[in-house]
Parts: sequence; structure tokens; C-alpha cells
Amino acid sequence: MASTAQSILGGASVVTATERAGTFAACRALLRRDFVLAWRRRGELFLPLLYAVIVAALFPFALGPEPELLARIAGGVLLVIVVLAMLPALESMFRADLEDGTLEQWLLAPQPLALLALTRVIAHWLTTVLPLIVVMPLLGALLNLPVKVLPVLIVALLLATPLLALLGSVLSALAAGARRSGILLALMLLPLAVPVVIFAAGAVAAAQSGMPFIAPLMWLSAALVLAIVLAPLACAAALRIAVES
Amino acid sequence: MSRSYLPHWIHWLGSPPNFYRFAGALRPWLMAIALISAVVGLYGGLVLAPPDYQQGDAYRIIFIHVPSAWMSLFIYATMAVAGLVALVWRVKLAEVIAMECAPIGAAFTLVTLVTGSLWGKPMWGTWWTWDARLTSELVLLFLYLGVIGLYNAFEDHRRGARAASLLALVGIVNLPIVHYSVQWWNTLHQGTTVNFLDPARSSIAPSMLWPLLVMALATHLYFFASLLGRARTSLLSLESGKQWVRALVGGQPASTTGAPT
Repeated sequence: MASTAQSILGGASVVTATERAGTFAACRALLRRDFVLAWRRRGELFLPLLYAVIVAALFPFALGPEPELLARIAGGVLLVIVVLAMLPALESMFRADLEDGTLEQWLLAPQPLALLALTRVIAHWLTTVLPLIVVMPLLGALLNLPVKVLPVLIVALLLATPLLALLGSVLSALAAGARRSGILLALMLLPLAVPVVIFAAGAVAAAQSGMPFIAPLMWLSAALVLAIVLAPLACAAALRIAVES
Repeated sequence: MSRSYLPHWIHWLGSPPNFYRFAGALRPWLMAIALISAVVGLYGGLVLAPPDYQQGDAYRIIFIHVPSAWMSLFIYATMAVAGLVALVWRVKLAEVIAMECAPIGAAFTLVTLVTGSLWGKPMWGTWWTWDARLTSELVLLFLYLGVIGLYNAFEDHRRGARAASLLALVGIVNLPIVHYSVQWWNTLHQGTTVNFLDPARSSIAPSMLWPLLVMALATHLYFFASLLGRARTSLLSLESGKQWVRALVGGQPASTTGAPT
């Protein structure tokens, strides 16, 4: 009793200092682990890219190859392709860690669970979503996207995809404990994705018709800032539900 | 320490056997009043109320459509509150209530969409338009379906209920965002926005208003009756191993006789 009281009173500042250092170390270790795992299975990283290219190549066959028509729909189509290509990877964001018990260690760790979840989202975005944005110029060329719109589309995607990844992390954590979650995740993501797609596509459409496009990008940025703060907390709550039995 | 800030009857009602009996006693009354007021409301709306000076008789679908739309939101709010209680205090009954709200709410949302579509065809000449209200209602339906799907995807119903409750809470934050973003999107597109609430709702004639309010009462009571019935069934299956359920279904009680109260 006395010793715990002593450690609480005397060691308070020391404990917080070491824990803070420990938090950064844990996040760094987690990032490194996720990157190594992604690199060891680097073949899988190309699957979303392949999916995006296939879907983008199918659209001209379905709609006809008129350059004007393709140019008009390219921005929206590419956005939807990115959202759909993100889905399969989202589903497995926490599943393997739940199955092998890593998540229980996350819960037991002294580091805040929300911060670990945020780290996971960052690693996930960098490994599975960023490549999609990198190949955007190629996909844009396939669909005859006007060159002046491309930068706006890329900025919109740079804001919208982390937002979707953060929202998706909550849903992925919720669905991690479920038996099957393929189409379920899409069903749950749709309501959350509607505003994101509206604002991202709004910016692209405004840029395409020569109107100011800053406002929707600002809305996306605001939503992203809010989601960075709130989504990891919701994700942590969802992970607790997934782990406890 | 044992002094609670909640009245005693809430604790009493939170116990599944007590709730089962209470709900069983209350449900027929609620259902009966709901049916009577539905008959009165529909008679008032479909027979007594005069035709609208613009829409003729086609407007009469509001006596189904508007109460259903109100219920779709009311039930979502009920589900979210019950879900919050379930997540914070881990009350089993709150989990059951939250999860049994979802199918009823989804049904009312579907009724709203279908009747709105039927109304839209003669009035605006189209079954569907991407108006902010319609889109929000459609998203609401997807939220309900997500909650139902997530709950049923779990082996363990209590975990499923907690996960789906959290999803319901995420959804209630999301719903206004969807509504306003769709509004923004529609004004941006300068599109086919049909403001179908244009015939100023506040200036509705009293002869049309009272059947509407009676129908709203009927749908609320029907919802509560249906919810109590669904919760009773769900409790029976969730607690099927418990003593009080065994005693209830007439099976011989297991070795020890722990009298359920």
C-alpha cells in the first residue's frame, strides 16, 4: 500500500516522461512492423492498383470512347474507383491482429489504444492507398481527364482518402469480430462516404468548369482534422468490443 | 453507496423476467389503441378531409408518408439512446431494445421511401430525385441495414449488440452531415431540386392536420407495441438457458429451484 502510494506521489513525473517516450517508441515500432509486413507481401500491394486500372479501362468500353464524354465523367469515376479499391484492404485492417492475439497486447499496453489505432491507420494509408494516388495521372490519361483538373483531383484525394481510411478504421474494427464482413463493410461505409465523395467530387467538378474549388477542399480539410481527433477514439472503443468476449 | 440516483422501478424493469411480464401486459393495450387510432386517423384523412386545392386527392398519401418519415427519425433516435445506455452501463435490456428498434425503423424508412416515390410520380413526374430529404432518407435506410447486418454477423449476440450500438452512434453524428452536404451538393448542381414541402406545412388546414396527428399517435403506439413484442421474443431466445424461461415454457426446472423474481 505504502509503496504504491509512494510510486504514485514520487514517481509521477518520471512515469509520464518514460511513458511518453514509450508511446513514440511503440508507434515507431508499430509503423516499422507494418511496413516490413507490407514489404514482405509486396505482391498484394499491387492488387488494388490492378483493380483500379481494370475498372478504369472498362468504363470506355461501357460508355463509348468519345473523349468529351470521358473527360466529363472522369473525375467522378476515378473518385468512386478509389473508394471501391480501398474497400478490400479496409476489411483486413485489424483482422489478422485480432486472430493472432496482437490486439489483446494493444489493449494491455500502457500506450493509449487510440494512438496505436491512429498509427495503424497511417501505415495502412501509406501502404495501400498512396499507391492508388500515385498512379492517378495514368488513370486520368486513360479516361481523358483534363490536365488542369488533375492537381485538384490529387489534392482532393489526398484529403479524402485519409478521411475515408480513418472512418473505415472504425468500421473495420467493428466488423473485425464478426463472422463475415465483406459486403457488410461496404454497407456500413456508404453512409459515411457520401459526404466525403460529395465534397471531393464537388471540388473536381468546380475545377473542371472553371469555378472556385477551394471551399469544398476546405470542408474536406476540416473534416479530416476532426476525424484525426475523433475517429481513433471511436476506433479504440470498437477494438475493445472486438477483443472482449 | 447503495443509494441510487435512478428510481427503483427502473432497476426492477431492467431485469429480463420483469420486463417480459410488463411488456406482455402492456403490449395488447398499446396495439389496440394504435389500431383504433389508425382507423380513426385513416377515416379522417381519406374520407373526411377535403381534397387539396392543388393536388386533388393525391395528397392523401401524406397520412401514411409523413408519420412514417417522423417515425424513421424517432426510432433512430430511440435506438441511439438505447445504444448509448447499452454501451455505457452495459444493460442487457438496453442492448435488446436498441437492436429490436432497427428492423422496425428500417421498415418505416422503407415505407417512407416507397410512399414518397408513389407520391412523386404523379406530382413531379418522376419516381426518384436526388433531393436532400430523399437522399438523407435513403442513407438512413442504409444506416439501419448496416446496424441490422452488423448485429447479425456476430456469433455472440451481446458483442454484436454493442458493436451495432456504436455504429448507431456513429450514424447519428453522420446523419446531419449527410443532410447538409447533400443540400450543398444539390445547390451546387442547380439540379432538379423539387421542394416538395413547399405547400407551407404550417398553413395546413385543421381538417387535414388532425388526421395527421392521430396517425402520428397510431404509428408511435404501434412502434412501442411492436418493439415490446420483438424485445420479448429476443429476450426469450437470449435467455433461453435461464431458469425463468424454463419455468415459463413449462419445462421442468433444473435441479436447484432458484425462484426468479
